[in-house]
Amino acid sequence: MPESRIPHQVPQPGTAALESGAPLQQAASELSGAATPASPVSLPAGDDGVLARAQAGDHHAFAQLYSLHKRRIYSLCLRMVGNIAEAEDLTQEAFLQLHRKIGTFRGDSAFSTWLHRLAVNVVLMQLRKKGLSLISLDEAMEPAQEERPGRSFGAADPALSGAIDRLALQKAIDELPAGYRLIFVLHDIEGYEHNEIAAMLECSIGNSKSQLHKARLKLRETLRMHPQEEGRR
Amino acid sequence: MTDEAKELSCAAFQAQLPELIGTGANAAEHPHVQSCELCSALLNDLETIAEAARQLFPIEEPPDALWEQIESRIRSEEGSAHEG
Repeated sequence: MPESRIPHQVPQPGTAALESGAPLQQAASELSGAATPASPVSLPAGDDGVLARAQAGDHHAFAQLYSLHKRRIYSLCLRMVGNIAEAEDLTQEAFLQLHRKIGTFRGDSAFSTWLHRLAVNVVLMQLRKKGLSLISLDEAMEPAQEERPGRSFGAADPALSGAIDRLALQKAIDELPAGYRLIFVLHDIEGYEHNEIAAMLECSIGNSKSQLHKARLKLRETLRMHPQEEGRR
Repeated sequence: MTDEAKELSCAAFQAQLPELIGTGANAAEHPHVQSCELCSALLNDLETIAEAARQLFPIEEPPDALWEQIESRIRSEEGSAHEG
């Protein structure tokens, strides 16, 4: 029996289709001072040398790692918090944490996966500081009553028509309440499973599923109200 | 397909939906969905949204100045460590 497409076919953390293209040599050649490569790059096998040198305290090698991963980490932070200034601060903190902890990376997982998880934890720590209690997530992540998605049953409920407008969807995701956006981004975009999200957010698996469902309902509601973003500008 | 499943109200079915989807079951084959246009449309929309979101993947570029800030902080931390 084919499975629902919703919970599956998502990229694995650290392997999402965000990194492809230019080889390491290109990244290195484009790295000059604060300059950074113009296109995202993957971690080729030859990256082990760069990683080892960065672990040994080589500043240039660390700069290369930054160059290779900055877009992925910055994009992750931006999606999770929906605010450019915060995303920049969080990206900075993630790479500072990386610099402090890079010596502890033992290669049990792919480096990109390890760094991705480190960045997620940095964002979660920040959200905790801001008062989003992840310990009592079941209550704390529940949006206010007026923010809850409308009940879909029982009333005329037209479906989305045609393809979803990319900008409208992006804007709708940005406008999700923080708790909804967090789980939606972690699951549907970053590819984490519910058990991983539950462990990271210290909530129940059921709560993760429920919050994700509510996030999707909220997105549906928003997209039905504003199906075309370009027309709103 | 049981009669009980067929007779689920939309509210009852949608209450089960997060768990149904989250466990990887094919919600589209649920008896209620087979007989309810409303819930079928809902499910289709949710699948479409999830699929579209997966393809969104915006790649954002941090400002160049960010690396300068990080580098400055690293040097500052290393300086403090050496002094200590």
